[in-house]
Amino acid sequence: MTKEQLENILSKYPENKKDGLLPILQEIQHFQGHLTDELLTMVGKYLNIPLNKVYGVATFYDQFRFHPQGVYHIRICRGTACHLAGSSTFLEELEKQLKVKAGGTSKDRKFSLEIVNCMGACDSSPVVQLNESFYSNVTPAGLDRLIRTLKEKTE
Amino acid sequence: MQFDVDINNQLVTAKRGETIKNVLDRIGIHVPTLCYLPGFSPTGGCRMCVVEVDGISELVPSCSHPVTEWMKIKTHSPRVLKARKVLVELLLASHPEDCLYCERSGLCGLQDLAGEMNIRERKYHGKRQNLQIDKACQSIVRDPAKCILCGRCIRVCDEVIGVSAIDMIGRGSETRIGTTHNKGLNAQTCIRCGQCIMVCPTGALTEKSNIQAVLNALNNPELFPVIQFSPTVPASIGEDFNIRASKDILNLLRAALKKIGFRQVFDTSMAADFTIMEEAADFIERLGKHEKLPMITSCCPSWVSYLETFNPKLLPNLSTPASPQQIMGRLIKNYISTSAGQKAENVFVVSVMPCTAKKQEAFLDRMKDETTMNVDAVITTRELVRIIRLLGVDFSSLEPEPIDPHYSMRSSSGNLFGISGGHLEGLLRTIHFMMTGQEMSMLKINDLRGLKNRKEARVRIGKTTFKVAAISGIPNVKALIDDIEAQREEFSIIEVMACSNGCINGGGQKLNSDEKNLKARMKALYDVDDEEMIKVAHKNPVVVDLYDKFLAKPGSERNRELLHIQRKTPDTL
Repeated sequence: MTKEQLENILSKYPENKKDGLLPILQEIQHFQGHLTDELLTMVGKYLNIPLNKVYGVATFYDQFRFHPQGVYHIRICRGTACHLAGSSTFLEELEKQLKVKAGGTSKDRKFSLEIVNCMGACDSSPVVQLNESFYSNVTPAGLDRLIRTLKEKTE
Repeated sequence: MQFDVDINNQLVTAKRGETIKNVLDRIGIHVPTLCYLPGFSPTGGCRMCVVEVDGISELVPSCSHPVTEWMKIKTHSPRVLKARKVLVELLLASHPEDCLYCERSGLCGLQDLAGEMNIRERKYHGKRQNLQIDKACQSIVRDPAKCILCGRCIRVCDEVIGVSAIDMIGRGSETRIGTTHNKGLNAQTCIRCGQCIMVCPTGALTEKSNIQAVLNALNNPELFPVIQFSPTVPASIGEDFNIRASKDILNLLRAALKKIGFRQVFDTSMAADFTIMEEAADFIERLGKHEKLPMITSCCPSWVSYLETFNPKLLPNLSTPASPQQIMGRLIKNYISTSAGQKAENVFVVSVMPCTAKKQEAFLDRMKDETTMNVDAVITTRELVRIIRLLGVDFSSLEPEPIDPHYSMRSSSGNLFGISGGHLEGLLRTIHFMMTGQEMSMLKINDLRGLKNRKEARVRIGKTTFKVAAISGIPNVKALIDDIEAQREEFSIIEVMACSNGCINGGGQKLNSDEKNLKARMKALYDVDDEEMIKVAHKNPVVVDLYDKFLAKPGSERNRELLHIQRKTPDTL
């Protein structure tokens, strides 16, 4: 993200007003997939919030990342309904097959894996999201197919 | 509005707007607390102060719950006691079991509570935490494993010091108090004032200890160990040795230090007199040129690092003399000990300060070769107490050591540096003398005295009236700077100290000090000013003698090299 791009985002919010922090962080994250120290420092300066406070807020919410996303960003729901439907084994399987830890990005930057607490679609549990598309009522066989396609695409 | 509440079946008068704890404090009922800090916004985080209130199903934290009419409160019912006990047991679940080795042992809020609750075994076994100890900083060591997340350090850092060097990072059971990306205090906006150590209930925050370095130097036959101490040390160290509070025990302290094995004992108050001389000359020069005013004092290292990080455009306004600690070190190494036949590299200068930031200051300010330190080891007042105890010096059987007329004479002006406003008072006395050739008719400036964070005075020198201010606590300085920038106020000299009320409340003072201690230390310093014969820096015979024999006149080129600091404007983000 360039300085101009950040300034474009910042200019939508009033200076020195703390309320802008979360929406700004969300916009940055949406734009480039993750946050960096330099950006947090600049946001803090703009809003007059010390860097440590900005970092404290950003680490409080699961939605913010500090590593770049992979080409394929997978979000797996670990809410109660999805848990009952077996999402914990799905998570294990994804970590093992794609060689990526939850919350991290694989070394080749192809996959990143994120745990979310609920996607609001408990009736279709378990739910997995791949980039912008959602997969509902995922079965073990379905997950297997998804992983295989992903691997083929990236090879 | 006043009304009655029922506390433990007793009717008590309460006022609207009070918290339950305010009422309990007033009537002398003690409830345990961990996160509560008098004078700060309550957070109700530790839940230790919970009480039972009729009609409210859950227990309420008394520190943050407002008292209301006809409340029926029970402060020590079986339910409350059980809850408190479980809370302590849960805090202990993942706490390291190393009280014997902990620096805070005996002074720890958590340990005290475990004792009060009669906890005799580990009931819950939490996950063992492998957290890194942050020890890169020269002044402060942070051990997150001992942290109970009460958040007191964060509140002091935010509300009193105003730099927010630490914050809660993460969420839920993964929450830690820490710094951005765990980079440590060194890479942060920390100004090393050590106030976080003073409020920490456990051993999570401690000073970086130099005790071993001092002991090694004392036992090294090739070294010539000498020591200097800040004016607040004789004013406060008596508290630890059962000597009447509010008494300056200068000569007893000197005797103790000699007994420990220091070959020469210096009083940093004397160096403060040199700071005054140079600073007065600095001010008069600024006044003549009409530039870089208001002059801002620079002997508080925390304040200097605050400016360097947050407001570098004000750096030219900082007065240029080095702080008394560094001037003392420079004079000892360049002149005093060397003229007694010692080589500068063999002299080991220890300094005792009520301050943790002084450790950093000594580390940064070196001699020209960049390796030799002017001050080799800085210890806090607390560390000195430990050394005195370790080496078995008994204060009650000491003979007071007389003042060494050559190198430890002080004026009471230099001695006043220990309290906010005192530095300014001493400085004005000498400025008055340098500008008019006469002493001030009233040396004492009452407007600059007392426990207050912003003190202002108008002082007449010759035909001009100068407006001066003494500020402690960074947020108060911020407000003052805003006033100046908006041209609501105009000052000639501003004295700043980062810790509230100055060094008497510094981060290296006795742990668990309270306001009574502060008042006693303040009284001790003011009493010295009443009793001491020499009350102004320019009449200190050592100062006069050294300016005569070794230094050039105040403010001259030669002195600039030896006694001043060349500040570079650092690059900041």
